[in-house]
Amino acid sequence: MGSTMTEKMLARHAGRKQVEAGEMIDVQVDIVMANDITGPLAIKEFRKIGIDRVFDPKRVIFVSSHFTPAKDIQSAQQAGILRKFAREQETVYFEIGRGGIEHVVLPEQGLVVPGQVVVGGDSHTCTYGALGCFATGMGSTDIAAALATGEVWMRVPPTIKFIYHGERPPWVSAKDMILQTIGAIGVEGGRGAVMEFTGEAVADLSMEGRLTMANMAIEAGADAGLFPVDEKTLEYVKGRAKWPYEVVASDPDAHYEQVYEFDVSHMEPMVACPYDPANIKPVSQVDQRPLDQVFIGSCTNNRIEDLRIVADLLRGRTIHPDIRCIIIPGSVEVERQALREGLLEIFQQAEAVVAPPGCGPCLGGYMGVLGPGERAVSTSNRNFRGRMGHRDAEVYLASPAVAAASAVLGRVASPAEIVREEVATR
Amino acid sequence: MTDTASTMAPTEGRAWVFGDNIDTDVIIPARYLMTTDPAELAKHCMEDIDPDFAASVRPGDVIVAGSNFGCGSSREHAPLAIKGAGVAVVIAPSFARIFYRNAINIGLPILECAEAVAAVRVGDMLRVDLASGRIEDVTTGQMFQAQSYPESIMRIITAGGLIAATRQKLQAAGKLPA
Repeated sequence: MGSTMTEKMLARHAGRKQVEAGEMIDVQVDIVMANDITGPLAIKEFRKIGIDRVFDPKRVIFVSSHFTPAKDIQSAQQAGILRKFAREQETVYFEIGRGGIEHVVLPEQGLVVPGQVVVGGDSHTCTYGALGCFATGMGSTDIAAALATGEVWMRVPPTIKFIYHGERPPWVSAKDMILQTIGAIGVEGGRGAVMEFTGEAVADLSMEGRLTMANMAIEAGADAGLFPVDEKTLEYVKGRAKWPYEVVASDPDAHYEQVYEFDVSHMEPMVACPYDPANIKPVSQVDQRPLDQVFIGSCTNNRIEDLRIVADLLRGRTIHPDIRCIIIPGSVEVERQALREGLLEIFQQAEAVVAPPGCGPCLGGYMGVLGPGERAVSTSNRNFRGRMGHRDAEVYLASPAVAAASAVLGRVASPAEIVREEVATR
Repeated sequence: MTDTASTMAPTEGRAWVFGDNIDTDVIIPARYLMTTDPAELAKHCMEDIDPDFAASVRPGDVIVAGSNFGCGSSREHAPLAIKGAGVAVVIAPSFARIFYRNAINIGLPILECAEAVAAVRVGDMLRVDLASGRIEDVTTGQMFQAQSYPESIMRIITAGGLIAATRQKLQAAGKLPA
């Protein structure tokens, strides 16, 4: 029997010819990543091991992204621990003004490439699976052990295959496809497994779209969300890759735990309603009560393609008077590009506020925390109770296009409501 | 570092019952992640789902929850907050993968047992033998058997957590003085 791309990548990193789902193995990692929340705890645990140096400083990446620029004294101290350790160990390090959100920065800078095994102290490390590498989130103690040894223990996950047929209608994006998928299989539907995304509707997605889909694999409980490497992947990697890369494909006779098929041809944009990313409804069926805030950002949707879609919708329009609209580019590079293309000016003209690259209010840290009873549309990945602020606040997850239309109309809205002419969303 | 003996000792305490898909954002909201101190984190444990939990939970108490416990963020602050609150063990039919690893790695006992979760009610007194996975509901007299750990995970538990296991591994490889 053949192997899945996951089994092949893990076998190669375990010094084995072949591994099978369910086996417990020790895996050599290519990249270890942590941020300003998970990093300090990983460093504290690393010190307890009693080893002086990380296994390979070139393969260790720290990114200050969550509570930076520091929001208070405590977060300044946490970021300080990360910064100091990065300097002491001479690891790769992204400070504010030079990085952004790790899950935008690492692919964009070519620091993660096809065929690698990547572990990150952040559940959305699964984002990098868009590039055809095995990337998975772990906690701080796992990261500490990986920093010391360059290895992690792993149970080889089984793979669930998703096949997407058809052609996306206007305004239906990668975000809608992944919300639809999570709605179909539930927040536990991928638990302990790898989601492999295939089919012509996936091949049609840009790299930005694939990063969006892979990003939310964890919302179905999956270890990773992988895409086959194709011409688009190689085009994206070319000129950025900082590491040699390897194209690893699943065999035609590989074993899949389950196969799901979707037809995207008649899809509508989807919205995940509180308090669960699987609680999805087509945008036309979401209630029309007024909103208080729209957040466009996060590691799910704040790459240049996302900002272009938002700018197209906000150009010449104004944010609804009752709405606070916060737009956060994913990285300094995305922000620079948006500046060059005049997108930031469009956002300001529309009366949205543009905040510095980082995680922003996605996790309720700061820069737009929700008060009691407030309702928000967000392009991020989680709408759990208390995620973006008060426990009674409501978060509706949606694509950048739906978020922009909702910001203009002051309620959950389809972009088709403000744009009559047909505009392609890819 | 976790002490093996205390990790595996039998415990007795009251059951706190929660539903399915308890995510790490409700276990410890991100607004409290500016510290890594378990005692500090414990003050806000479960705050958004049960505001009385942190103040009322007693050492030795047990969390009994639905499936996919600990889903969402990879924050290890979640099992640290539960451990810091004095919870002796979390029992659920299933755990989210990252939470499962984190709990094992830091020495927060967890047991998978769907039967116990279906039967145990709020406030029941539970006696849990961590070494054997036997769960006794002292209030109702019912007995349950949790799933046993795979061998490689048992090695981490008996070493006293992943940091201790990593030290042993490095010592065995001659990369760290014994």
